[in-house]
Amino acid sequence: MRMRRLLPRPALSLTLFLLWAALTNAASLGSLILGALLALGLPFAVLPFWPDAPRLTRPAVALKFAAHIAWDMLLANWAVARRVVGPVAKLHPAFVDVPLDLRDPFAATVLGSIVSLTPGTVSIDVDRDRWVLQVHALDAPDPDALIRQIKQHYEAPIREIFSC
Amino acid sequence: MNPLVEFLVTSLVLLGSLFALLGSVGLARLPDFFTRLHGPTKATTLGVGAMALASSVYFTATQPGFSLHEIAVMVFLFITAPVSAHLLAKAALHRKAKKDDEPH
Amino acid sequence: MLNFAIELGFVLIGLAMLLNLWRLVKGPDITDRILALDTLNINAIALLVLFGIRAASTAYFEAALILAAMGFVATIALCKFLLRGDIIE
Repeated sequence: MRMRRLLPRPALSLTLFLLWAALTNAASLGSLILGALLALGLPFAVLPFWPDAPRLTRPAVALKFAAHIAWDMLLANWAVARRVVGPVAKLHPAFVDVPLDLRDPFAATVLGSIVSLTPGTVSIDVDRDRWVLQVHALDAPDPDALIRQIKQHYEAPIREIFSC
Repeated sequence: MNPLVEFLVTSLVLLGSLFALLGSVGLARLPDFFTRLHGPTKATTLGVGAMALASSVYFTATQPGFSLHEIAVMVFLFITAPVSAHLLAKAALHRKAKKDDEPH
Repeated sequence: MLNFAIELGFVLIGLAMLLNLWRLVKGPDITDRILALDTLNINAIALLVLFGIRAASTAYFEAALILAAMGFVATIALCKFLLRGDIIE
């Protein structure tokens, strides 16, 4: 319990520390200590305006998911590149509404970003009353298959990672 | 320089510039705004990401110590690209709705 | 091999920036122009990183970082302005 009070957002602290280390090239012990102090202090600064962030409950699943996303991104870019160079008239661009099962704004943001970066889709809007993610697909001859793919491949792991 | 490192950097540079070009081709060629949005958010971002990775590998191999700060740029770009795409799409939708409302 | 790849990279990214410029001039809508500006900025980052490798100097990295940050904020501000007619409410 005391741990929680000293370290309210362990995942955020770790991210900040790693980002600081990368930014300063982890060059000296002094910069690492400064990074550690920032990583410990800054979470307290965000607490007032971000009081109930979801907890990263399954870090191992998150790492596996990140690797999976990186691979998907390469494939998605290949697919988009092929469509960009190929005949334009054959594309089926469409707006698709994906009903969401998750109920957390941060998790929805993560899902929206991943959807923008991976398949041939860009997320446009999250309706937080009905929990619907509106996406635009570059080439979606079958919208139902796209909805199923997003829900299975991306939403399910995110719900598992944040337990929401 | 180690030939393996040179090969890695070369392929990353080529991959990166190719994807950056493909994203811009999409921006120039596709028919309407929402389809044009796809090229820059995905292909160009990945292209610059590959380029930053190439730079990181190159400077880690040629200079003492690690060169990690390119990774920070890469992470930053991957986080910001979907956000700008999202806001641009919202702005385009908003303008379309306003145009449709106006009397012709 | 690497030098050739870097020269080729300059050519490809230069072409990409020309295409962006074309979209920036042609439009047709203002959102297309903002998107073209954003892409132009991202390609400029790629060009800077590439130039850093060619010059074997890490000094270009800071410029790339600043371009990335300023470009993002500029795009967000322009979109916000389109959406609300105001940047900070």
